[in-house]
Amino acid sequence: MAGGIKKFVVGSFDDEAVLFPAVKNVRKAGYKIHDVYTPFPVHGLDHAMGLRETSIHTAGFIYAITGTTTALTFMSWVFTKDWPLNIGGKPHFALPAWVPITFELTVLFSAVGMVLTFCYLCQLSPFVKKHHFHARATDDLFVMAIECTEKTDDAELQSFLQKAGATEINIQHAETGWWIGRYDREQKLYRDEKGY
Amino acid sequence: MSLLKYESQQREPLVAGNKDYHQVTEDIISPIEMKPSRLWYIGFYISVGLLLFGAYSVYREVTYGIGQWNLNKTIGWGWDITNFVWWVGIGHAGTLISAILLLFRQGWRTGVNRAAEAMTIFAVMCAGQFPIWHMGRVWMAFFVLPYPNSRGPLWVNFNSPLLWDVFAISTYFTVSLLFWYSGLLPDLATVRDRAKTKLRKLLYGVASFGWTGSTKHWQRHESLSLVLAGLSTPLVLSVHTIVSFDFATSIVPGWHTTIFPPYFVAGAVFSGFAMVQTLLIVVRKVMGLQDYITLGHIEAMNKVIVLTGSIVGCAYLTELFIAWYGQNPYEWYAFSQNRANLFSPYGWSYWLMMFCNVVSPQLFWSRKLRRNITVTFFMSIVVNIGMWYERFVIIVTSIYRDFLPSSWSTYYSPSIWEIGFYLGTFGLFFTCFFLFAKYFPVVAVAEIKSILKTSGENYKVKMTDIEKSDSEKFYVDEVEHGH
Repeated sequence: MAGGIKKFVVGSFDDEAVLFPAVKNVRKAGYKIHDVYTPFPVHGLDHAMGLRETSIHTAGFIYAITGTTTALTFMSWVFTKDWPLNIGGKPHFALPAWVPITFELTVLFSAVGMVLTFCYLCQLSPFVKKHHFHARATDDLFVMAIECTEKTDDAELQSFLQKAGATEINIQHAETGWWIGRYDREQKLYRDEKGY
Repeated sequence: MSLLKYESQQREPLVAGNKDYHQVTEDIISPIEMKPSRLWYIGFYISVGLLLFGAYSVYREVTYGIGQWNLNKTIGWGWDITNFVWWVGIGHAGTLISAILLLFRQGWRTGVNRAAEAMTIFAVMCAGQFPIWHMGRVWMAFFVLPYPNSRGPLWVNFNSPLLWDVFAISTYFTVSLLFWYSGLLPDLATVRDRAKTKLRKLLYGVASFGWTGSTKHWQRHESLSLVLAGLSTPLVLSVHTIVSFDFATSIVPGWHTTIFPPYFVAGAVFSGFAMVQTLLIVVRKVMGLQDYITLGHIEAMNKVIVLTGSIVGCAYLTELFIAWYGQNPYEWYAFSQNRANLFSPYGWSYWLMMFCNVVSPQLFWSRKLRRNITVTFFMSIVVNIGMWYERFVIIVTSIYRDFLPSSWSTYYSPSIWEIGFYLGTFGLFFTCFFLFAKYFPVVAVAEIKSILKTSGENYKVKMTDIEKSDSEKFYVDEVEHGH
């Protein structure tokens, strides 16, 4: 993905009740919200921003059935083909006895796979360096970063944010690498979403 | 003020005091940034001391063999497996709180889930020690893993409940750890962003995996937590079910009962909540978190204790009845003579268990006692003693007299190294817990913030006013921001 320095207008809000209408207005005015950083999951903000639903749970399901089939095929192969052991004269293909391990591996594959997928998608890893728009975004501020294009008038955008209720507004330059995320791509335009 | 979700005014606030988001961060994170108190050091060194004694006990056992323990011909499982089951049981509360209560949308979980999950992980670590060191030739421990080997390959026995246990415990440990740590990421990022010293910035920066709080990340995080909760719910039930299979699939009188799985799970939750109470009553006091772990939280957990304690009591009586009703002389002998007969060698342990697990939790039918901290703390210890004796009764009283009276064993009491091993796991548990309480946010900061405006005391007061003054407007607000 293309790197390079990009310019952002960053507005901080101290109440999610102010943030919601602001997100709506900013999008209505045609600005491109890069992302909103919040100290806790604000329910409905993803919808307000026009983000699509995550499908991480589907990935979880796929990992789960991978675990189920791995466990079943492996145990069947071991006990019927590779080394059939006579255990108290019981059948070699002892399906009921394999239920516990099959279940455990289903859960294990699903959980580990989902967490790794989550870390990959969000680019989370111990030594990754990211640009943090505001240190208090993990404390008590809701930080909206708007990407500037060559057409954007910074001054106008800043006063727009001020009117929308942002308490602290500044301009920041950040390098956009693979790690900064390109979630704006999956945002639909406000008028497409609302049908006007 | 936003009214994101309506919560009944009848409900007690989950966060007491006049808090805003920053205050929540301040209250929970600042103990991490301060030097630990003298009390912390004392507790920590005692724990490390116990851990060292445990390590020496294990060293003796490994060097000189299992003979260092007083296990004998019929009592092949004694304190070790008792302790194993006890610790695994304790390790059930955390996942129950974080997973099952998440699915049931219980808001009070937010105050206690982080510490309870940490406790779960440490308890499972302690539990794992017992079967591993009990192997005797512990350097062969990897034989329990099904890996291609040069002995055939001779695989493990997938039909054996002991192997199911290997899978169940290791899966449970892994999944609990992932669940706990993925929840910790945002809070570690909060610590990182407040850090003043370089070292702290670096360490918490590494630990928080570069979390930014992006909306998309939160969306995925929420989805991840929900699915992990959905997976952990059957998982937590399966773990103690499988532990109970260690006994229930055998033909030993007193063990081969079909009631074991549900009865073990209820017992596990019972003892787990007792341990959470023991720890949190101390933590909230020492770290000044009374506003986040309120009397309401303690009461809610006591309700779980009285429920699960009563389920366990029902199970005891059911198995006693069925032992008689089933008309199997060996089964009935195990129950009537080895256990219920107070004057048999281990009769005292059966009645001690009955008293601690069945009789004493009934105190918690009284609201006043449920909300009394001293009583709760005392009861949490009593319950843990009772639950330890439950496992002791199940294991020892079933096997000390087998089918051949001539091989009935002499009275079993543990050797100093058996006790030392047990104390050592306490050392391990508390060493980990002390480090956790010092270096990690013991209450889930982000989760508290997400319920603050619906369940915080100051917001609830304001909400009452709005509700009374202008119900029309309240409704509009609700629709506007309700999701």
